Amino acid sequence: MSELQSQDYVRISATTMTPPMARSHEDQVAKLIDVSRCIGCKACQSACMEWNDLRPEIGHFEGSYENPADLGPSVWTLMKFAEHENEQGNLEWLIRKDGCMHCEDPGCLKACPAPGAIVQYANGIVDFISDKCIGCGYCVKGCPFNIPRISKQDHKSYKCTLCSDRVSVGLEPACVKACPTGAIMFGAKTDMQQQAQLRIVELKTRGFENAGLYDPQEVGGTHVMYVLHHADKPSLYSGLPDKPRISATVDLWKGFIKPLGLAGIALAALAGFFHWISAGPNEVTEEDEAEGERVLREGEEKLS
Amino acid sequence: MALTRREFIKITGLGLAASGLGVLGFGASGEAQAAAVRPFKLTHATETRNTCTYCSVACGILIYSMGDRAKNARSNIIHIEGDPDHPVNRGTLCPKGSALLDVVHAPTRLKAPRYRAAGGTEFKEVSWDFALDRIARLMKDDRDKNFIAKNPAGTTVNRWTTTGMLAASASSSETAYLTWKVARSLGMVVFDNQARV
Amino acid sequence: MTNTWQDIKNANVVVVMGGNAAEAHPCGFKWVIEAKIENGAKLVVVDPRFTRTASVADYYAPIRPGTDIAFLNGVIHYLLEKDAIQHEYVRAYTNASLIVKDGFGFQDGLFSGYNEEKHSYDKSSWDYELDKDGYAQSDDSWQHPRCVINLLRQHVSRYTPEMVSRICGTPQDKFLHVCELFASTAAPDKAMTSLFALGWTQHSVGAQNIRNMAMVQLLLGNIGVAGGGMNALRGHSNIQGLTDVGLLSNQMPGYLTLPNDRETSFDEYMKTKLYKPLRAGQTSYWQNYRKFVVSLQKALFADAATKDNDWAYDWLPKLDVPLYDIIRAFEMMNNGQMNGYICQGFNPLQAFPDRGKIRRGLGKLKFLVTMDPLDTETSRFWQDFGPQNPAKSAEIQTEVFQLPTTCFAEENGSLVNSARWLQWHWKAADAPGEAKSDIWIMTGIFQRLRELYRKEGGAFPDPVLGMSWKYTDPREPDPEELAKEMNGRALTDLIDPATNAVVTKAGTLLDGFAQLRDDGSTASGCWIFSGCFTEKGNQMARRDASDPREQGIAPNWAWAWPANRRILYNRASADPDGKPWNPAKPVISWNGSKWVGIDVPDYGPTVKPSDGVGPFIMNAEGMGRLFARDLMAEGPFPEHYEPLESPVENVLHPKVSSNPVARVFADDRASFGSPKQFPYVATTYRLTEHFHYWTKHALINAILQPEEFIEIGEVLAKEKGIEQGGWVKVSSKRGEVICKAYVTKRIKPMTVDGKPTHVIGVPIHWGFTGQARKGYGANTLTPSVGDANTQTPEFKAFLVNVERTTAPAA
Repeated sequence: MSELQSQDYVRISATTMTPPMARSHEDQVAKLIDVSRCIGCKACQSACMEWNDLRPEIGHFEGSYENPADLGPSVWTLMKFAEHENEQGNLEWLIRKDGCMHCEDPGCLKACPAPGAIVQYANGIVDFISDKCIGCGYCVKGCPFNIPRISKQDHKSYKCTLCSDRVSVGLEPACVKACPTGAIMFGAKTDMQQQAQLRIVELKTRGFENAGLYDPQEVGGTHVMYVLHHADKPSLYSGLPDKPRISATVDLWKGFIKPLGLAGIALAALAGFFHWISAGPNEVTEEDEAEGERVLREGEEKLS
Repeated sequence: MALTRREFIKITGLGLAASGLGVLGFGASGEAQAAAVRPFKLTHATETRNTCTYCSVACGILIYSMGDRAKNARSNIIHIEGDPDHPVNRGTLCPKGSALLDVVHAPTRLKAPRYRAAGGTEFKEVSWDFALDRIARLMKDDRDKNFIAKNPAGTTVNRWTTTGMLAASASSSETAYLTWKVARSLGMVVFDNQARV
Repeated sequence: MTNTWQDIKNANVVVVMGGNAAEAHPCGFKWVIEAKIENGAKLVVVDPRFTRTASVADYYAPIRPGTDIAFLNGVIHYLLEKDAIQHEYVRAYTNASLIVKDGFGFQDGLFSGYNEEKHSYDKSSWDYELDKDGYAQSDDSWQHPRCVINLLRQHVSRYTPEMVSRICGTPQDKFLHVCELFASTAAPDKAMTSLFALGWTQHSVGAQNIRNMAMVQLLLGNIGVAGGGMNALRGHSNIQGLTDVGLLSNQMPGYLTLPNDRETSFDEYMKTKLYKPLRAGQTSYWQNYRKFVVSLQKALFADAATKDNDWAYDWLPKLDVPLYDIIRAFEMMNNGQMNGYICQGFNPLQAFPDRGKIRRGLGKLKFLVTMDPLDTETSRFWQDFGPQNPAKSAEIQTEVFQLPTTCFAEENGSLVNSARWLQWHWKAADAPGEAKSDIWIMTGIFQRLRELYRKEGGAFPDPVLGMSWKYTDPREPDPEELAKEMNGRALTDLIDPATNAVVTKAGTLLDGFAQLRDDGSTASGCWIFSGCFTEKGNQMARRDASDPREQGIAPNWAWAWPANRRILYNRASADPDGKPWNPAKPVISWNGSKWVGIDVPDYGPTVKPSDGVGPFIMNAEGMGRLFARDLMAEGPFPEHYEPLESPVENVLHPKVSSNPVARVFADDRASFGSPKQFPYVATTYRLTEHFHYWTKHALINAILQPEEFIEIGEVLAKEKGIEQGGWVKVSSKRGEVICKAYVTKRIKPMTVDGKPTHVIGVPIHWGFTGQARKGYGANTLTPSVGDANTQTPEFKAFLVNVERTTAPAA
């Protein structure tokens, strides 16, 4: 068996392999996070840690209920709390569960140079395949939501798997099951979109005129969606991007470097690649990133 | 387009290698992917129905333990999640309930009786017999010395006020009833529980 | 809770005041969200802080800690003024029409009968005017100046919106908006549910806070109906069970009271418990009291309890004070009046007020026994942990035993949830190491004591040796056997006196408490649990979740006391003729020959509506009480009294500022601070990430909320130079805590009697054992004074100072 039958890949990082296409009828799944019924209890964080056997370090109090302080290699989801005073002068405590959005057009996967390290299953889940990850950090740069984190311990990139192990046996993700108020739901993406519409109608009756669904088309839609009371201003929710964009670097990599590579210099690259992985993984530094962008810019100029 | 070796590897090398690998037949198919999704860890675990130990919503929980209760296997709890059949929690759990596993296996779970002598600076492990014999002795001596059979008016009151007890709030009602029987048989009146705090 | 958790979804208005349900009971709170989504309900939160519950509320109003009675009396004033009450319900089901004695009165903060020296009342005037048959007089026209409704109207007349705002700091418009939302449920087919918890109990007027809302609910006709009720969200998983089984200083199982010194014989004891009906034809169910006590004594002492020895009445201890509560216990310890203390699954060093006093008290004991699955602070009170627990071990002469116990996952048994459901649970694994069950440990101590008394004799050994202990394994009784003992069984063949037929055979487990008798022929260890384990098996283990009409009753899931009844006072869900007030959500109704519906009637199943039997069958008048007679320490109506430590005088009656009947020990009074020194109001509370002092031992919870902090508003923080996440010193007259500060918009200064008042929030969960970072614990700061009825400590309103400080040396 070469593939999990229920979770055929539709996208694979850094490869030209054609994904299997005969089974074309699998439902796309989605997690719907209804921010308006979230009480910020962190049951999702707790259940995520418990199910996935993650235990980050015990941190400090840092002036907010947000703990741990940031997403991390063993923090795959995190409640973010924003105290917002609205135009009427009333306080709104906008609480959002942050984590991988499982984009339909995943910037991480596009950016990933390690073959098969990032895959997207037919059901829409974007998963990191750890044994193929080389810890370069491109996924971090490629993600428009700033989600993946590289472990200092094993130099691999980590993020929410949407509990692919649970979904593959027909269960909902751990955070979804735990959520006490039903603020996190899981099902077919179409069902979740429908559910969202019902919620939006109800929220409008309660005076949230700008209630809406966050399913950003800039990344082809996402398999983690939010119902927001202020869908006109996603950034109120601890910086949820108003318009998420995959960085230009990644788009260019797709458009330019990859064909160029195939055209002629693959073998040379291979030599370097094998040397490099045996010498140990590496992360993209800001300096590297700047250099990369310069190279791309130059390349682009040459082509145009 | 001049690339240094470093740039070559960092910016294009990996990707090129990857693309190349695909082309060269090392592509991302094959047995490696079969292991992509983590195996589901509860497939053959034993499931036990229980109630969350924290608040009085009393959520139904499913405790999963390793081993099938065969004689030679010692059950070890590996996971706890909500009971979807339970009419109140319907499978959900709060951040405390979701982390019950960590209180069951807390490093500060007590594993043996310990005793600290008067003026002592540390605990030492003792046998159950030592602990219970000593406790019974101390209780009896105190009770015999301070038991009040009659009050100054001559009314039979049969109370003991110099030793008291606080009863558990997460133990079962059966434990509570047995505890009540023990405490009241001794005439203990300084007797309370966690209802107020 | 009068109702079930799921029943909350039937509410039209949910009020969370005196609690923080989303934070403390998240999985129960889902039914509030259901009410909002499925029933269009409005959620109202009244709290000093903008809490996690407030974050999903439709309306939030701030209130100064300790002023809930002013607010709620203001609500009653509004409802009566606007005539927004459910008239038919109030007339038929409450004591609004009953006439109060002539001598009753209220003046300058005191009810009639106050004794200034004793700080207590002669309550003889707090009762009804009786007629020649001993029944309460009434005036259904509500014209009599001393009928309850008119006395209430007069009592609350001072609580105008201006006055409420002046005392509570709640802006008038917000207060009035809350009143409007409450008033919307006066319609017969609308219901409001009140969800509360320690935010109401932990005050020197805690019981009156709750009574006050119960009165609001009676006026609105919201008791007994689907989506209504007074719902006390209990704390720990079995604190309801512990209370039901009577593990309180003055209680016996099933809310029977322990005798006191004045009750010199069983007959004297029973005299105060005859509960003669106060209106013709009323049920007054406590008339069966004797059956419950005799059956308890038979369960406890078996053949040793006989009619001739008054059912071994003298084997029960008698009380010389109303309560030997925790505050009194630690007072006694500090005075050298106690030698031994056993803490079973309880951590008083962190959980009780004034930690310094607790630590000193424990150090004066000869021996301390702790039984716990976890390494508690209490068991290590004698060890030096730096400023969080300064101790000189060598000087502390207390012998300490730390006994390891099993936890929930390692034992069978039942727990009673907040909605009175007895739910059975099953063991999943063995305990670690040598840990043993509480049953094994308690029995181990008891059997050793018995052996010593058998060998040596000693003080009154009779009840020790005579306690019935007929278990298959006398060293570790099986929980099922104990459950059956509480359920009760027939000791002899039970004969129906009318037909002389045997109705229940000797040895049979009883079906319910209706079978109990007062002649020694039945035994039941806890009468309200009777029916939980019958000849049909363990009813607590039932797992049929089916729910007729999905109305949140689930009658065949586990078992609820009393008699598997899920909504208390459910007779009041129907009008006097037996028709449901809300036809869309009926609970029970009269079908012409009996009461039928989705719940077990809290009423005689064939009592006709025309018989005029009131729905509140435990009360002698059969009615809900707007006037509490002599049952409360402070008075029959709630009155606003300031907390013992308050930033302001009581504007209603400065001479009687705080609760006039509060019991305050002299050394505790000496440790109250003044607003000059300690100008800010502090309130302690829980965070959703933690459970008491337990989850700091669980790694995940320690990660989710790792370190001690306080919450402070932006205005005060700025004034005091306190930075976000910076270090502060919070001090009260009793101690100080050095921790981090959370500067937040969620606490705003309130204007109280014209002056700005700041609130400091102090979450409780830290200590010096476990995995979270070391902390002091909120009770380093709290005062040792309790509610005058229950002695629940006043954790929710006291005075502190706060100052910026630097990080402590690592």
